[in-house]
Amino acid sequence: MQTKRMTFNHRYLPYLLLAPQVIVTLIFFVWPASQALYQSLLRQDVFGFKTEFVWFDNFTRLFADDQYLQALKVTLTFSLGTTLLSMSVALLFAVLVNKLIRSRDVYTTFLVWPYAVAPAIAGILWWFIFNPTLGILPYALDMLGYQWNHRANGNHAMLLVIIAAAWKQISYNFLFFLAGLQSIPQSLIEAAAIDGAKPFKRFWTIVFPLLSPVTFFLLVVNVVYAMFDTFGVIHATTEGGPAQATNILVYKVFRDGFIGMNLGSSAAQSVILMAIVVLLTVIQFRYIERKVNY
Amino acid sequence: MVENNSWSRFVTHCILILGVALVVFPVYLAVIASTHEAGTFLSGTLPLLPGSQGLENYKQVLFEGRSRAGTPPLHTMLWNSFVMAMTITIGKLLVSLLSAFAIVYFRFPFRMFFFWVIFLTLMLPVEVRIVPTFQVVADLGMLNSFAGLSIPLIASATATFLFRQFFMTIPEEMLEAARVDGAGPMKFFKDILLPLSITNIAALFVIMFIYGWNQYLWPLLITTDPEYYTIVMGIQRMVTGADAEPLWHLVMATVVLAALPPILVILFMQRLFVKGLTETEK
Repeated sequence: MQTKRMTFNHRYLPYLLLAPQVIVTLIFFVWPASQALYQSLLRQDVFGFKTEFVWFDNFTRLFADDQYLQALKVTLTFSLGTTLLSMSVALLFAVLVNKLIRSRDVYTTFLVWPYAVAPAIAGILWWFIFNPTLGILPYALDMLGYQWNHRANGNHAMLLVIIAAAWKQISYNFLFFLAGLQSIPQSLIEAAAIDGAKPFKRFWTIVFPLLSPVTFFLLVVNVVYAMFDTFGVIHATTEGGPAQATNILVYKVFRDGFIGMNLGSSAAQSVILMAIVVLLTVIQFRYIERKVNY
Repeated sequence: MVENNSWSRFVTHCILILGVALVVFPVYLAVIASTHEAGTFLSGTLPLLPGSQGLENYKQVLFEGRSRAGTPPLHTMLWNSFVMAMTITIGKLLVSLLSAFAIVYFRFPFRMFFFWVIFLTLMLPVEVRIVPTFQVVADLGMLNSFAGLSIPLIASATATFLFRQFFMTIPEEMLEAARVDGAGPMKFFKDILLPLSITNIAALFVIMFIYGWNQYLWPLLITTDPEYYTIVMGIQRMVTGADAEPLWHLVMATVVLAALPPILVILFMQRLFVKGLTETEK
């Protein structure tokens, strides 16, 4: 990696400058992560008296555990649902806003602020709207003859947390899509229009393919968001229920570790999650390198 | 040519206004709900227009809190959130500026090693190493303290990378000129790098303030003393603290107060926010 051609010479100053960041990283990131790796190979008995080295037994148990497999499935549904919902709504908004000139900034202002709302608060807002006894949506659905109850119905609960998580992320996706759309040369679109392509066709054959770097980037970011930053949405509303229907992986790690006190299993789950983050980060960075050349 | 008649513009505006209304709706409802009295929520349906209890509700949550449920008055929680968010933000900026400076302007053994150590933080969000991180903080006696709330979160790979990239674009001549004039490294940092980085610092400040303010899991774990509750995590205690249906008018007043500061930051610093967001993620 490059430095400047000309640099300062100093024996210990650079280490001093790096020290705060590196010390925090070692104490609060690297050390706990290595502890998780180590603990994932151990098992404690119920009373915490005896600790046994069990190799990969915690992992094999996890993958034989129906609840864990269920949590994997739930996480997959939740991440895909959140990503697709949030990205498609944001893309629609971005395409429409991009058509306008004078009112572009006004709409942008109205669409960016949900980014500031914490996931837990987003969860509570939608929890309130969907509240079966006084919420506004169940009331409307009831008039259509549909009974809404996310406290008993797992699908309802899943839909609720997906909407809450996606709502908060619309702003982010919107801003990136809008920036992407603005970088597409107008002449390409005009050329297609002269050739007789209608708006719908122009979008799918020209605009959408040219947006694909942005779309792919957002896909990764949104999956990361849905998997790791939505703890608050779940914890403040459904708490994983009903009947584990919204028990996503990060929530399960927390629950097994702090409430179930099952340290070996929780550590093994942490290790699996770390592997997922590493994988997603590698994908993201490989892609970014390519984009620089693009 | 590209269609741009008034009819298509009209349709565009219609869809967008509907969309914006949908996006704003949850917060609108929260504001409305926070202005009604408790009785309104017992009757079944939620009103769509403001009530008359707004001032009383906000006064109650801000200064009295709910001692029965064990939540302190909100002004304490708001202050805690502010201190935590500011410490995290300033800490992250300081620590990353210094690291980026070291990595770009010095050549020293193990430079790449340190770079990768910093890079690692990207791959280890708190959520995936909850239990062992909690143990470390507990062993260090940092539970229920502002240090515990903020210090473990102030490492930042993204900010370090951003500053590194920015420093690389600063012309070599700057350093040459500074050295000819006899400036040492720290003088160069303070009088040349910092002033040049001011826009980047401001943009990151906006993003990181929001990040710090919205912390949820971390304060939830390491504060058991209500004195240190932050507002975002405190709400959860209000919703689940009581057995009965939550007191929605007070919960929603709290929600509004918790969401307002970061929203105001975005609205007033929209340009910096967009810059910070698009640059940190690239």
